[in-house]
Amino acid sequence: MSGMSKIVKTISSIAFPLVTIYGLYIIAHGHLTPGGGFQGGAIVASGCAMILVAYGSVWTMGKIKEKHLSVLESLGAIGFISLALLGLVFGVVFFKNFLMGNEYFFGEIGEGLANINTAGVLPLMNFAVGLKVSVGLFAIVLVMAYATRLKEEK
Amino acid sequence: MSTRDVVAVIFLSIVAVFLVFGALMMHPFGEPENPEMDQYIIDNTQGETGADNSVTSVVFDYRGFDTLGEATVLFTAVAGVILIFRRLKK
Repeated sequence: MSGMSKIVKTISSIAFPLVTIYGLYIIAHGHLTPGGGFQGGAIVASGCAMILVAYGSVWTMGKIKEKHLSVLESLGAIGFISLALLGLVFGVVFFKNFLMGNEYFFGEIGEGLANINTAGVLPLMNFAVGLKVSVGLFAIVLVMAYATRLKEEK
Repeated sequence: MSTRDVVAVIFLSIVAVFLVFGALMMHPFGEPENPEMDQYIIDNTQGETGADNSVTSVVFDYRGFDTLGEATVLFTAVAGVILIFRRLKK
């Protein structure tokens, strides 16, 4: 009953993994290519919003609740601040790039060769911000769509 | 022509004058006034942060507090939206 026609549902089901993978690629390569946590998170959230429009807010709210989205968003925020605080613990100041210089975990220095094992704490912060932005934007869209559902039914 | 229209025209011309003067006093493209900071970031980004992308290194390393503020703004927006629409759900 809710949602759009079968054609739209099928096409958006096919396009949704591609959009999500593209957004995750933007997040993961934030320290190498243009983009980053905010941009990739917005792409992932727009893919989820496409599913929301195609299948309807009632079906989507049956699949995932906005409480879980809030928890995930808070986890992203906590991860970001924890990484900044770890800079205070292991380094000197807040937001210190403490992973720079080791040879194992994101510690190499980029030389323009698109080496993903570089930039210290920046990729981890990109992941935290990407999780936060994608889940947060999708939570906003989902809650608003589910709240306006009442008008459609009455 | 009513008084309201006259006032609107006066304000519009003031805004237009400011816009034209602002456009005339702009720097030439590609010649910023103080290029020292830009040159520092271009020269030292890879050595200091290890990132190839200098925009990400500025956003997450040099100006990390700015990103923290943005994340806080987004968190507040999500919390406010969920709080407001909670009553409308049931």
